Amino acid sequence: MRLAALLLAGLLATPALAVQPDEILADPALESRARDISQGLRCLVCRNENIDDSNAELARDLRLLVRERLEAGDTDAEVVDFVVDRYGEYVLLNPTTGGANLILWIAGPVMLMGGLGLAALYLRRRRAAPEPAAAALSEEERARLAEILKD
Amino acid sequence: MIVELGHFALVLSLGVALVQSFVPLVGAHKRWSGWMAVAEPAAMTQLLLIGFSFAALTWAFVTSDFSVRLVVLNSHTLKPMLYKISGVWGNHEGSLLLWVLILALFGACAAAFGQNLPPTLKARVLAVQGMIGAAFLAFLLFTSNPFLRLGEPPFDGQDLNPLLQDPGLAFHPPFLYLGYVGLSMAFSFAVAALIEGRVDAAWGRWVRPWTLAAWVFLTIGIALGSWWAYYELGWGGFWFWDPVENASFMPWLIAAALLHSAIVVEKREALKSWTILLAILAFGFSLIGTFIVRSGVITSVHAFANDPERGVFILLILAVFMGGALTLFAARASAMEAKGVFGIVSRESGLVLNNVLLTVACFVVFIGTIWPLVAELLWDRKLSVGAPFFNAAFTPFMVVIALVLPLAAVLPWKRAQPGRAMRPLWGALALSVALGGLVFAMQTGRSALGPVGLALGSWLVLGAIVDLWGRTGRGELAGRLRRLSRLPRADWGKATAHAGLGVTIFAVAGITAWQVEDIRVMRPGESFTLNAYSITLEGVREVEGPNYASVMADFRVTRDGREVATLHPEKRSYPVAAMPTTEAAIDYGFTRDLYLVIGDAQEGGGYAVRSYIKPFANWIWGGSMLMALGGLLSLTDRRYRIAAGARRPPVAVAAE
Repeated sequence: MRLAALLLAGLLATPALAVQPDEILADPALESRARDISQGLRCLVCRNENIDDSNAELARDLRLLVRERLEAGDTDAEVVDFVVDRYGEYVLLNPTTGGANLILWIAGPVMLMGGLGLAALYLRRRRAAPEPAAAALSEEERARLAEILKD
Repeated sequence: MIVELGHFALVLSLGVALVQSFVPLVGAHKRWSGWMAVAEPAAMTQLLLIGFSFAALTWAFVTSDFSVRLVVLNSHTLKPMLYKISGVWGNHEGSLLLWVLILALFGACAAAFGQNLPPTLKARVLAVQGMIGAAFLAFLLFTSNPFLRLGEPPFDGQDLNPLLQDPGLAFHPPFLYLGYVGLSMAFSFAVAALIEGRVDAAWGRWVRPWTLAAWVFLTIGIALGSWWAYYELGWGGFWFWDPVENASFMPWLIAAALLHSAIVVEKREALKSWTILLAILAFGFSLIGTFIVRSGVITSVHAFANDPERGVFILLILAVFMGGALTLFAARASAMEAKGVFGIVSRESGLVLNNVLLTVACFVVFIGTIWPLVAELLWDRKLSVGAPFFNAAFTPFMVVIALVLPLAAVLPWKRAQPGRAMRPLWGALALSVALGGLVFAMQTGRSALGPVGLALGSWLVLGAIVDLWGRTGRGELAGRLRRLSRLPRADWGKATAHAGLGVTIFAVAGITAWQVEDIRVMRPGESFTLNAYSITLEGVREVEGPNYASVMADFRVTRDGREVATLHPEKRSYPVAAMPTTEAAIDYGFTRDLYLVIGDAQEGGGYAVRSYIKPFANWIWGGSMLMALGGLLSLTDRRYRIAAGARRPPVAVAAE
């Protein structure tokens, strides 16, 4: 499904696998933090791929950068801020809740509340509605009914 | 010559579609039966013409006619025959031709199997179907003509994208299109009913099989795409929340809501206007999907088209059809009065809850998908909305659906006592919680995702079994077993599909929570252990394929000294298309897949090797197939066969 990403990767000289053996940090705790952070950062030259999965050179550079910052003692948040400062909000696969993005985040719960409210109103109306008199069938419908019942 | 004939047939079919759009509509309005009767032969003719046109393009691909531009761009003489044929729809123009072919196929099916529809409704349905056809044929002919010739044909073609040269992907688009386009039938029925001003139980019964069929095809199409991504892309991901994946997922969600609400229309004559609205929205989301895939407005990983002119055209189609249908809806919906009366707790209210959850979940996906566009347009913010957002915002809906589904599915119609309905389910619930708890205790210290997924999945599966068993009534075992085999297919379909959802939910949670990964450099002869498996790289060699060159590794996998598998992951390069692909080698197993990938040769010797244990991977698609099978079972229910065959001579075959 990620055709373009791979197409783009194809344009770059020698596409490698995502995380390379030589990138892995010796400290497993740091490495696992690096993987978590990488999965939330977007590879800028690919489309919609995180740097952890991406084959592009730039993604590799970013992965190394993340690991460098972690080794320098940054917290996870500091590493992410460091990358965002350089590459902009675009690298964040998980959008912030700041500013208008709040709409994005609360849209789900708000729509759910609205939907449930409307559904509740509807259900109350249906419960209160008078039982309709059995609608008289037209001649045509009666013939059709007889036909269906025959089967 | 054949190519020109195909082109001509396509132009002719546009004319036929235009006739089909207007003549029957006028006929239905004026009650002129002659004019109404035009619809049927027109739909058939359209199918024949577009079918011929599609065959002509296929001919050009099969014979490698490099005077046709599209063939040059997407084919090559050395390509295997299967991919020469699938190359027909492996590009924008050809896939659009497939789209209109399927549209015509559905129209012709409605004409052929719609004998028991009231004549005015049938004429109107086919007219609306004709309008959709005309719009897309115009789009095809004016912006994306597949039959253009080249003045100086080259000796050979530029080859199809190697990633598309795969059996899984050969069949992924046709199924998706069958789904997308199948929803146009629901749309046509909805619009025709609005023009008619009448929606009753019979309408619900007519529209449901089409929706069900479309949903089944969508399910298969999405599952195929996801499976392909899993084995082809080299790290075993199966869902990326990419805009184009979302584009197929949104109609799937709405279609799932629609086929549930159509039950309420059919059985209880309530939720009518809502069902109409859903039918309109379902096709609307199909069109939005088409727009996203082919306009390039939203950056997606799918490489299809990215032509602004085409985008504008689709946006126009979207605006006309959605605008028209929704205006009609606003004017006419109040005429749809509901009949059924039911309590706050009842099967009906359970289905309403299903609809609220599925629809809101769909809109969450929709907002997430278009948010980058909105943010850039309104606030000039360039941002991304990726998997972490969707996982956080969408998953809760699935969890709630999984929680309430088994109970809602056994509630009686009209008025229910939840305590009483819950009684047979307590055992299933207790067992599921116990299973989850057991696994949580066994896997100390890891995330709760796996156990929760297991509990939800088994609650759904057991709940479906309880539901089915409860349908057999009371009495001794033998009698109940006998009745079980005679239950309507719709009951079996319902239980199968719900159980399938449970299997998929469990599998997704399981693979996410329990996957094991290893990345290392290996030289031939070396080995390492991954969980209980010992993996040895025996050698690496170069292999020539029909249209590619490959570096192939030989791995031997053993467990407790016994050989489990020999696996041959590859790294291929396609010289004509100038791009490499990784071919993972997978040892498929019932409870786990072993997934090996070979990477580049490293400086200082050896190769990069990635290996994974993917628990329950097959269950993701197994569950999807169960869902599709459930839909198919429901589709073959007796009531549709009778409804389809009631007024026809016995020779005719039932719909689908």
